[in-house]
Amino acid sequence: MCGIVGLFLKKDDLRPRLGDMLTDMLITMTDRGPDSAGIAIYGDAASGLKITVQSDTPDEDFAGLDAALSEALGTEVTMRVASTHAVLTLPVATETEALAFLEARGMRVMGSGESMEIYKEVGLPKDVAARFGIREMGGSHGIGHTRMATESAVTTLGAHPFSTAGDQCLVHNGSLSNHNAMRRKLAKKGVFTKTENDTEVGAAYISSRIAEGASLGEALEGTLKDLDGFFTFVTGTKNGFGVVRDPIACKPAVMAETEDYVAFASEYRAFADLPGIDAARVWEPEPATVYFWER
Amino acid sequence: MPVLDMLKTELREVNATLQSAAKAKGNEAYTIENPRGAHAMAVGLDGPISVTVKGSTGYYCAGMNKLATVHVTGSAGPGVAENMMSGEVIIEGDASQYAGATGHGGLLNIKGNASSRCGISMKGIDIVVHGNIGHMSAFMAQKGNLVVLGNAGDALGDSLYEARLFVRGAVKSLGADCVEKEMRPEHLEILRGLLERAGADAKPEEFRRYGSARNLYHFNIDHADAY
Repeated sequence: MCGIVGLFLKKDDLRPRLGDMLTDMLITMTDRGPDSAGIAIYGDAASGLKITVQSDTPDEDFAGLDAALSEALGTEVTMRVASTHAVLTLPVATETEALAFLEARGMRVMGSGESMEIYKEVGLPKDVAARFGIREMGGSHGIGHTRMATESAVTTLGAHPFSTAGDQCLVHNGSLSNHNAMRRKLAKKGVFTKTENDTEVGAAYISSRIAEGASLGEALEGTLKDLDGFFTFVTGTKNGFGVVRDPIACKPAVMAETEDYVAFASEYRAFADLPGIDAARVWEPEPATVYFWER
Repeated sequence: MPVLDMLKTELREVNATLQSAAKAKGNEAYTIENPRGAHAMAVGLDGPISVTVKGSTGYYCAGMNKLATVHVTGSAGPGVAENMMSGEVIIEGDASQYAGATGHGGLLNIKGNASSRCGISMKGIDIVVHGNIGHMSAFMAQKGNLVVLGNAGDALGDSLYEARLFVRGAVKSLGADCVEKEMRPEHLEILRGLLERAGADAKPEEFRRYGSARNLYHFNIDHADAY
C-alpha cells in the first residue's frame, strides 16, 4: 500500500494554510500506511541554504550544534529545532563543508535546499505531523507520504520523502524490482545511496538525470524506460511537482485542480476537506504519462 | 425521501440501513450526503431501492448490487459495481480501475471516463461508458456487453471469451485473441437498446464490434506464443 499526497498552490493567499491542508490529507491516508510518515515542504526561500538533519538523541546532538558548525565554517549559522529534526541555515557556498561536518558528527541529513525542508519519522501520520508542527508551516507546495513498508525496514531513513539533490525529493507507492542493478549502475557514475531502500534509488536516478542536464519531464520519462516494477511517483522540486505512474498503473492515483491549487492523492478521500473541491476538476492520471506543474 | 448524512452517520450504519430497506422491498429512495470518498458505499443491496450518493466515492461502491439503483453524482474509485448481479449503477463523473469487474448482470452506466481494466472478467453485465476506457479493459471477459462511446486503451479484450465489445472511437490496440467482427443486425439491435437505456447520444451504426477469435479456448501448442 502506502499513501501519497501532494499540493501545489497556484496563488499566494493559501500559502499560510499549506501545512494545515497537507496534514489533513496525510492523516486521511493513515489506513494506507500507518508505520511511518514524512513530508517535504517548500517554504519561503531562505537567505542561504537550509539543511534538515535528524537525530535520535536531539537534546544531546543539537545542543551547541549551530555554534560548532558556525565555528567550523567561519560563518553565521542559524538553527531551528523541531523534535528530532533541526533545520540549519547557512551560506550556499559552504554546503559541501557543512554536510561533511554534520555527517562526521553523526547527524542524519534528511535533505537540503534553498526552500525545501524534510520531516519524517516512524509512527502514525497524526503523531509525526504533530511532533514537527507541520500544521503551522506555510509554503508554496509540498508532498507527503504514509508508509506501509515492503522493501526495507521501518526506520526513519526508510521513510519517504527521499532527497538525493538540493530541493529535490521523491515519494513512491509501489516497489521497484531492479533497484539493486540500478544502484550499482548509479554507483559507477559516482552517485551513491545511503539506504537499502528501493525508492531512494528511484530518487537518485531522477536526480542524476537532472544533474546530467535532463529536464524534470525528461527525467520522469526516463523512469518509464529504466526502472522496472510498480510505481506511482510524485517528485518535488524547488519550483513545482511532477507525477508519473508505471504503464500497468495498479497503484492508485487521483488528481484535482482548481484555480487555486493542483492536488494529488492516492485516494479521493484525501481531498474531502480541500477548499472548493466540489467544483474542482478531478481525474485519474494516465499510465506512463508524465505530468508536472511549475511556477 | 430519507437522507443519510455521512458527517453524522457511520458507514456501517448507512449500509445496514440501505440493506434492510432493500430487503423490505419498499422501493424507497434514499439520498446519501457527504460521502467524502468513503469506501464500500451502498454495497450488498439486495432488493428494489434507489440510492443517490451526492458526491464522490472511494473503493468498491455498489459492489454485489442486486435489483437496486445506485446513482453517484461525482466520481467513483476503484472497483465500482464489482460483481453486480442486476439493477443499475450510474456514475456521473469518472470511474477508476476495474469498474464492473466480474459483473454477472445489470447495467453500469458511466457518464465520464473509466480507467484501466474496465469490465475485467465480466460475466453478463452490460457496461456503457460515455467517455474513454483505459488499458486491459474486458480482460478475460466471458459474457455481456461493453459499450464505449470514446476510445479504448491498449490490449482491449485480451484473452476474451464471449462478451461483445462495441467501441465508437479508436482502439489503441487489441489484446491476444481479440478481433474486430462484423456488425450484424442483431448486434445493432442490442446496441440500440443499450444506448437508449444509458441515455447515450450516439447511433449504433457509428460503432465497431470486437470479440473473441476463439483461438485460445483450448490449449494448442501452436499458439504457445499467444498465451
